[in-house]
Amino acid sequence: MATEQGAKEALMPNPMHQFEIKRLFNWELWGIDASFTNSALFMVLAVVLSSAFLIFTVRGKNIIPGRLQSTSELLYEFVRNMVRDSTGPKGEKYFPFIFSLFVFILVINMLGMLRLGHYSFTPTSHIIVTFALAALVFVGVTLIGFWKHGIGYLKLFAPSGVPWFMMPIIVPIEIISYISRPVSLSVRLFANMMVGHTLLKVFGGFVGVMGIYGIGPILLMIPFTALEILVAFLQAFVFAVLTSIYLNDALNMHDH
Amino acid sequence: METEAARYIGAGLASIALVGAGIGIGNIFGSYLSGALRNPSAAQGQYTNLLLGFALAEATGLFGLVMAFIILFV
Repeated sequence: MATEQGAKEALMPNPMHQFEIKRLFNWELWGIDASFTNSALFMVLAVVLSSAFLIFTVRGKNIIPGRLQSTSELLYEFVRNMVRDSTGPKGEKYFPFIFSLFVFILVINMLGMLRLGHYSFTPTSHIIVTFALAALVFVGVTLIGFWKHGIGYLKLFAPSGVPWFMMPIIVPIEIISYISRPVSLSVRLFANMMVGHTLLKVFGGFVGVMGIYGIGPILLMIPFTALEILVAFLQAFVFAVLTSIYLNDALNMHDH
Repeated sequence: METEAARYIGAGLASIALVGAGIGIGNIFGSYLSGALRNPSAAQGQYTNLLLGFALAEATGLFGLVMAFIILFV
Protein backbone atom coordinates (compact mmCIF):
# COMPACT_ATOMS: atom_id res chain seq x y z
CA MET A 1 0.00 0.00 0.00
CA ALA A 2 2.81 2.37 0.95
CA THR A 3 4.84 1.67 -2.18
CA GLU A 4 1.73 1.94 -4.34
CA GLN A 5 1.03 5.31 -2.76
CA GLY A 6 4.65 6.32 -3.30
CA ALA A 7 4.60 5.23 -6.93
CA LYS A 8 1.37 7.12 -7.48
CA GLU A 9 2.89 10.21 -5.89
CA ALA A 10 5.93 10.08 -8.13
CA LEU A 11 3.90 9.91 -11.34
CA MET A 12 0.93 12.09 -10.41
CA PRO A 13 1.75 14.47 -7.56
CA ASN A 14 -0.99 15.52 -5.21
CA PRO A 15 -1.98 19.00 -6.43
CA MET A 16 -2.85 20.15 -2.94
CA HIS A 17 0.72 19.93 -1.64
CA GLN A 18 1.63 23.25 -3.23
CA PHE A 19 -0.68 25.05 -0.82
CA GLU A 20 1.11 23.91 2.31
CA ILE A 21 2.38 26.65 4.57
CA LYS A 22 5.95 26.06 5.65
CA ARG A 23 7.57 27.85 8.55
CA LEU A 24 10.83 29.53 7.65
CA PHE A 25 11.83 31.04 11.00
CA ASN A 26 10.16 29.92 14.17
CA TRP A 27 9.08 32.79 16.34
CA GLU A 28 6.68 32.63 19.22
CA LEU A 29 5.05 35.79 20.55
CA TRP A 30 3.31 35.45 23.93
CA GLY A 31 2.04 31.98 23.16
CA ILE A 32 0.88 32.84 19.62
CA ASP A 33 2.73 31.27 16.75
CA ALA A 34 4.02 34.25 14.80
CA SER A 35 6.59 32.43 12.68
CA PHE A 36 7.74 33.85 9.42
CA THR A 37 6.17 31.53 6.86
CA ASN A 38 6.59 31.19 3.12
CA SER A 39 3.27 32.99 2.77
CA ALA A 40 4.69 35.97 4.65
CA LEU A 41 7.86 35.77 2.57
CA PHE A 42 5.94 36.13 -0.67
CA MET A 43 3.87 38.99 0.69
CA VAL A 44 7.01 40.85 1.81
CA LEU A 45 8.57 40.12 -1.58
CA ALA A 46 5.51 41.56 -3.32
CA VAL A 47 5.66 44.76 -1.27
CA VAL A 48 9.42 45.16 -1.78
CA LEU A 49 9.26 44.51 -5.52
CA SER A 50 6.34 46.83 -6.20
CA SER A 51 7.71 49.62 -4.02
CA ALA A 52 11.17 49.33 -5.57
CA PHE A 53 9.72 49.36 -9.08
CA LEU A 54 7.46 52.34 -8.48
CA ILE A 55 10.08 54.36 -6.58
CA PHE A 56 13.01 53.77 -8.88
CA THR A 57 11.20 54.24 -12.17
CA VAL A 58 9.75 57.62 -11.19
CA ARG A 59 13.05 58.79 -9.69
CA GLY A 60 13.90 60.98 -12.67
CA LYS A 61 10.61 62.88 -12.34
CA ASN A 62 10.73 63.84 -16.01
CA ILE A 63 7.79 65.77 -17.38
CA ILE A 64 8.10 63.75 -20.57
CA PRO A 65 8.51 60.24 -19.24
CA GLY A 66 11.02 57.73 -20.48
CA ARG A 67 10.10 54.09 -20.98
CA LEU A 68 10.19 52.88 -17.39
CA GLN A 69 8.55 55.97 -16.02
CA SER A 70 5.67 55.66 -18.45
CA THR A 71 5.13 52.09 -17.28
CA SER A 72 4.53 53.34 -13.76
CA GLU A 73 2.43 56.18 -15.10
CA LEU A 74 0.34 53.72 -17.13
CA LEU A 75 -0.38 51.72 -13.99
CA TYR A 76 -1.16 54.85 -12.02
CA GLU A 77 -3.50 56.26 -14.65
CA PHE A 78 -5.22 52.95 -15.18
CA VAL A 79 -6.20 52.70 -11.51
CA ARG A 80 -6.90 56.43 -11.26
CA ASN A 81 -9.36 56.35 -14.17
CA MET A 82 -11.04 53.32 -12.73
CA VAL A 83 -11.46 54.94 -9.31
CA ARG A 84 -12.65 58.19 -10.79
CA ASP A 85 -15.21 56.45 -13.00
CA SER A 86 -16.59 54.45 -10.10
CA THR A 87 -16.57 56.88 -7.22
CA GLY A 88 -16.60 60.35 -8.74
CA PRO A 89 -14.78 63.30 -7.20
CA LYS A 90 -15.50 62.30 -3.59
CA GLY A 91 -13.54 59.10 -3.92
CA GLU A 92 -10.28 60.75 -4.93
CA LYS A 93 -8.84 60.64 -1.43
CA TYR A 94 -9.34 56.87 -1.21
CA PHE A 95 -7.30 56.34 -4.35
CA PRO A 96 -4.01 55.48 -2.55
CA PHE A 97 -5.75 52.68 -0.66
CA ILE A 98 -7.30 51.20 -3.78
CA PHE A 99 -4.02 51.57 -5.67
CA SER A 100 -2.09 49.74 -2.93
CA LEU A 101 -4.75 47.02 -2.80
CA PHE A 102 -4.64 46.56 -6.56
CA VAL A 103 -0.85 46.45 -6.85
CA PHE A 104 -0.52 44.17 -3.81
CA ILE A 105 -2.98 41.58 -5.12
CA LEU A 106 -1.63 41.89 -8.67
CA VAL A 107 2.00 41.31 -7.69
CA ILE A 108 1.10 38.43 -5.35
CA ASN A 109 -0.92 36.74 -8.09
CA MET A 110 1.85 37.24 -10.63
CA LEU A 111 4.55 35.98 -8.26
CA GLY A 112 2.44 32.87 -7.80
CA MET A 113 2.62 32.20 -11.53
CA LEU A 114 6.40 31.80 -11.28
CA ARG A 115 6.93 28.08 -11.20
CA LEU A 116 9.89 27.76 -8.83
CA GLY A 117 9.52 24.04 -8.37
CA HIS A 118 8.67 23.20 -4.81
CA TYR A 119 9.18 26.75 -3.55
CA SER A 120 6.50 28.71 -5.36
CA PHE A 121 3.51 29.79 -3.32
CA THR A 122 0.58 32.12 -3.81
CA PRO A 123 -0.57 33.80 -0.61
CA THR A 124 -3.94 34.72 -2.13
CA SER A 125 -4.73 31.08 -2.73
CA HIS A 126 -5.53 30.84 0.96
CA ILE A 127 -9.00 31.89 2.07
CA ILE A 128 -7.63 33.52 5.21
CA VAL A 129 -5.53 36.01 3.25
CA THR A 130 -8.31 36.97 0.86
CA PHE A 131 -10.82 37.07 3.69
CA ALA A 132 -8.55 39.44 5.60
CA LEU A 133 -8.40 41.77 2.60
CA ALA A 134 -12.14 41.54 1.95
CA ALA A 135 -13.00 42.06 5.63
CA LEU A 136 -10.73 45.12 5.64
CA VAL A 137 -12.61 46.54 2.67
CA PHE A 138 -16.05 45.68 4.06
CA VAL A 139 -15.46 47.07 7.54
CA GLY A 140 -13.77 50.16 6.11
CA VAL A 141 -16.58 50.89 3.66
CA THR A 142 -19.28 50.37 6.32
CA LEU A 143 -17.47 52.67 8.76
CA ILE A 144 -17.04 55.30 6.05
CA GLY A 145 -20.75 55.05 5.26
CA PHE A 146 -21.79 55.48 8.88
CA TRP A 147 -19.29 58.27 9.43
CA LYS A 148 -20.45 60.28 6.44
CA HIS A 149 -24.19 59.74 6.66
CA GLY A 150 -24.79 58.79 10.27
CA ILE A 151 -27.71 56.46 10.81
CA GLY A 152 -29.05 57.48 7.38
CA TYR A 153 -26.62 54.98 5.92
CA LEU A 154 -29.25 52.34 6.67
CA LYS A 155 -31.33 53.84 3.86
CA LEU A 156 -29.06 51.74 1.65
CA PHE A 157 -31.31 48.81 2.49
CA ALA A 158 -34.52 50.59 1.49
CA PRO A 159 -34.10 51.79 -2.09
CA SER A 160 -36.26 54.70 -3.13
CA GLY A 161 -39.25 54.04 -5.33
CA VAL A 162 -40.23 50.78 -3.66
CA PRO A 163 -43.92 50.61 -2.56
CA TRP A 164 -44.41 50.12 1.18
CA PHE A 165 -45.89 46.64 1.00
CA MET A 166 -42.78 45.29 -0.75
CA MET A 167 -40.48 46.60 1.98
CA PRO A 168 -40.61 43.52 4.26
CA ILE A 169 -39.39 41.44 1.33
CA ILE A 170 -36.88 43.86 -0.16
CA VAL A 171 -35.11 44.93 3.04
CA PRO A 172 -34.00 41.44 4.20
CA ILE A 173 -32.87 40.62 0.67
CA GLU A 174 -30.84 43.83 0.55
CA ILE A 175 -29.32 43.10 3.95
CA ILE A 176 -28.35 39.58 2.90
CA SER A 177 -26.83 40.82 -0.33
CA TYR A 178 -24.87 43.45 1.62
CA ILE A 179 -23.53 40.87 4.08
CA SER A 180 -22.57 38.57 1.22
CA ARG A 181 -20.25 41.22 -0.25
CA PRO A 182 -17.10 40.34 1.74
CA VAL A 183 -17.87 36.64 1.32
CA SER A 184 -18.17 36.86 -2.45
CA LEU A 185 -15.19 39.22 -2.72
CA SER A 186 -12.90 36.88 -0.79
CA VAL A 187 -14.17 33.60 -2.23
CA ARG A 188 -13.94 34.92 -5.80
CA LEU A 189 -10.23 35.71 -5.47
CA PHE A 190 -9.50 32.57 -3.45
CA ALA A 191 -11.39 30.27 -5.82
CA ASN A 192 -9.76 31.66 -8.94
CA MET A 193 -6.26 31.38 -7.52
CA MET A 194 -6.66 27.96 -5.91
CA VAL A 195 -8.47 26.38 -8.84
CA GLY A 196 -6.01 27.84 -11.34
CA HIS A 197 -2.96 26.48 -9.58
CA THR A 198 -4.60 23.12 -8.87
CA LEU A 199 -5.58 22.71 -12.50
CA LEU A 200 -2.05 23.57 -13.60
CA LYS A 201 -0.66 20.89 -11.26
CA VAL A 202 -3.26 18.34 -12.40
CA PHE A 203 -2.55 18.88 -16.08
CA GLY A 204 1.16 18.76 -15.31
CA GLY A 205 0.59 15.47 -13.55
CA PHE A 206 -1.02 14.03 -16.67
CA VAL A 207 2.27 14.42 -18.53
CA GLY A 208 3.98 11.85 -16.32
CA VAL A 209 1.32 9.14 -16.55
CA MET A 210 0.69 9.48 -20.28
CA GLY A 211 4.16 8.39 -21.39
CA ILE A 212 4.87 9.26 -24.98
CA TYR A 213 1.50 10.96 -25.43
CA GLY A 214 2.50 13.40 -22.72
CA ILE A 215 3.12 15.95 -25.47
CA GLY A 216 -0.63 16.58 -25.51
CA PRO A 217 -0.92 17.98 -21.98
CA ILE A 218 2.30 19.94 -22.47
CA LEU A 219 0.80 21.73 -25.46
CA LEU A 220 -2.43 22.28 -23.55
CA MET A 221 -0.53 23.84 -20.64
CA ILE A 222 0.86 26.68 -22.75
CA PRO A 223 -2.44 28.47 -23.51
CA PHE A 224 -3.78 27.46 -20.12
CA THR A 225 -0.89 29.17 -18.35
CA ALA A 226 -1.56 32.24 -20.51
CA LEU A 227 -5.18 32.14 -19.36
CA GLU A 228 -4.02 31.89 -15.74
CA ILE A 229 -1.81 34.95 -16.12
CA LEU A 230 -4.81 36.82 -17.56
CA VAL A 231 -6.96 35.61 -14.67
CA ALA A 232 -4.31 36.74 -12.16
CA PHE A 233 -4.46 40.27 -13.54
CA LEU A 234 -8.23 40.21 -13.97
CA GLN A 235 -8.97 39.09 -10.41
CA ALA A 236 -6.83 41.85 -8.96
CA PHE A 237 -8.66 44.31 -11.22
CA VAL A 238 -12.09 42.96 -10.27
CA PHE A 239 -11.25 43.18 -6.57
CA ALA A 240 -10.25 46.82 -6.98
CA VAL A 241 -13.29 47.67 -9.13
CA LEU A 242 -15.73 46.10 -6.70
CA THR A 243 -14.04 47.91 -3.80
CA SER A 244 -14.53 51.20 -5.69
CA ILE A 245 -18.18 50.37 -6.39
CA TYR A 246 -18.86 49.56 -2.73
CA LEU A 247 -17.07 52.76 -1.77
CA ASN A 248 -19.27 54.65 -4.20
CA ASP A 249 -22.33 53.12 -2.57
CA ALA A 250 -21.14 54.35 0.79
CA LEU A 251 -20.01 57.81 -0.28
CA ASN A 252 -22.66 58.82 -2.81
CA MET A 253 -25.89 57.55 -1.44
CA HIS A 254 -28.21 59.73 -3.45
CA ASP A 255 -28.08 57.23 -6.29
CA HIS A 256 -30.37 54.97 -4.31
CA MET B 1 -19.72 2.76 -0.24
CA GLU B 2 -16.12 3.59 0.60
CA THR B 3 -15.21 7.20 1.21
CA GLU B 4 -12.78 7.21 -1.71
CA ALA B 5 -15.51 6.27 -4.19
CA ALA B 6 -17.96 8.72 -2.63
CA ARG B 7 -15.32 11.46 -2.93
CA TYR B 8 -14.90 10.93 -6.64
CA ILE B 9 -18.65 10.88 -7.21
CA GLY B 10 -19.14 14.00 -5.11
CA ALA B 11 -16.39 15.87 -6.92
CA GLY B 12 -17.85 14.93 -10.26
CA LEU B 13 -21.32 16.11 -9.26
CA ALA B 14 -19.99 19.40 -7.89
CA SER B 15 -18.20 20.14 -11.14
CA ILE B 16 -21.55 20.37 -12.92
CA ALA B 17 -21.64 23.94 -11.61
CA LEU B 18 -19.21 24.88 -14.35
CA VAL B 19 -22.01 24.47 -16.91
CA GLY B 20 -23.47 27.70 -15.58
CA ALA B 21 -20.09 29.39 -15.85
CA GLY B 22 -19.75 28.32 -19.47
CA ILE B 23 -23.20 29.58 -20.41
CA GLY B 24 -22.67 32.86 -18.58
CA ILE B 25 -19.30 33.60 -20.15
CA GLY B 26 -20.57 32.68 -23.61
CA ASN B 27 -23.53 34.98 -23.08
CA ILE B 28 -21.34 37.92 -22.11
CA PHE B 29 -18.88 37.57 -24.95
CA GLY B 30 -21.68 36.90 -27.42
CA SER B 31 -23.51 40.07 -26.42
CA TYR B 32 -20.27 42.03 -26.63
CA LEU B 33 -19.58 40.66 -30.10
CA SER B 34 -23.06 41.33 -31.44
CA GLY B 35 -22.95 44.84 -30.01
CA ALA B 36 -19.46 45.44 -31.36
CA LEU B 37 -20.44 44.31 -34.84
CA ARG B 38 -23.31 46.76 -34.92
CA ASN B 39 -21.40 49.69 -33.47
CA PRO B 40 -17.67 49.13 -33.79
CA SER B 41 -16.68 52.57 -32.54
CA ALA B 42 -18.40 52.01 -29.20
CA ALA B 43 -16.80 48.63 -28.70
CA GLN B 44 -13.50 49.93 -27.28
CA GLY B 45 -15.26 51.84 -24.53
CA GLN B 46 -16.96 48.73 -23.22
CA TYR B 47 -13.84 46.58 -23.17
CA THR B 48 -13.38 47.13 -19.44
CA ASN B 49 -16.96 46.09 -18.73
CA LEU B 50 -16.40 43.00 -20.84
CA LEU B 51 -13.45 41.84 -18.74
CA LEU B 52 -15.30 42.70 -15.53
CA GLY B 53 -18.32 40.67 -16.63
CA PHE B 54 -16.12 37.75 -17.61
CA ALA B 55 -14.42 37.67 -14.22
CA LEU B 56 -17.71 37.89 -12.30
CA ALA B 57 -19.36 35.13 -14.37
CA GLU B 58 -16.31 32.89 -14.02
CA ALA B 59 -16.26 33.42 -10.28
CA THR B 60 -19.68 31.86 -9.70
CA GLY B 61 -18.70 28.75 -11.59
CA LEU B 62 -15.47 28.52 -9.68
CA PHE B 63 -17.35 28.59 -6.37
CA GLY B 64 -18.69 25.19 -7.41
CA LEU B 65 -15.27 23.94 -8.48
CA VAL B 66 -13.86 24.94 -5.08
CA MET B 67 -16.47 22.71 -3.45
CA ALA B 68 -15.42 19.91 -5.78
CA PHE B 69 -11.78 20.26 -4.78
CA ILE B 70 -12.66 20.45 -1.10
CA ILE B 71 -14.68 17.24 -1.42
CA LEU B 72 -11.92 15.54 -3.36
CA PHE B 73 -8.84 16.49 -1.43
CA VAL B 74 -9.81 17.60 2.08
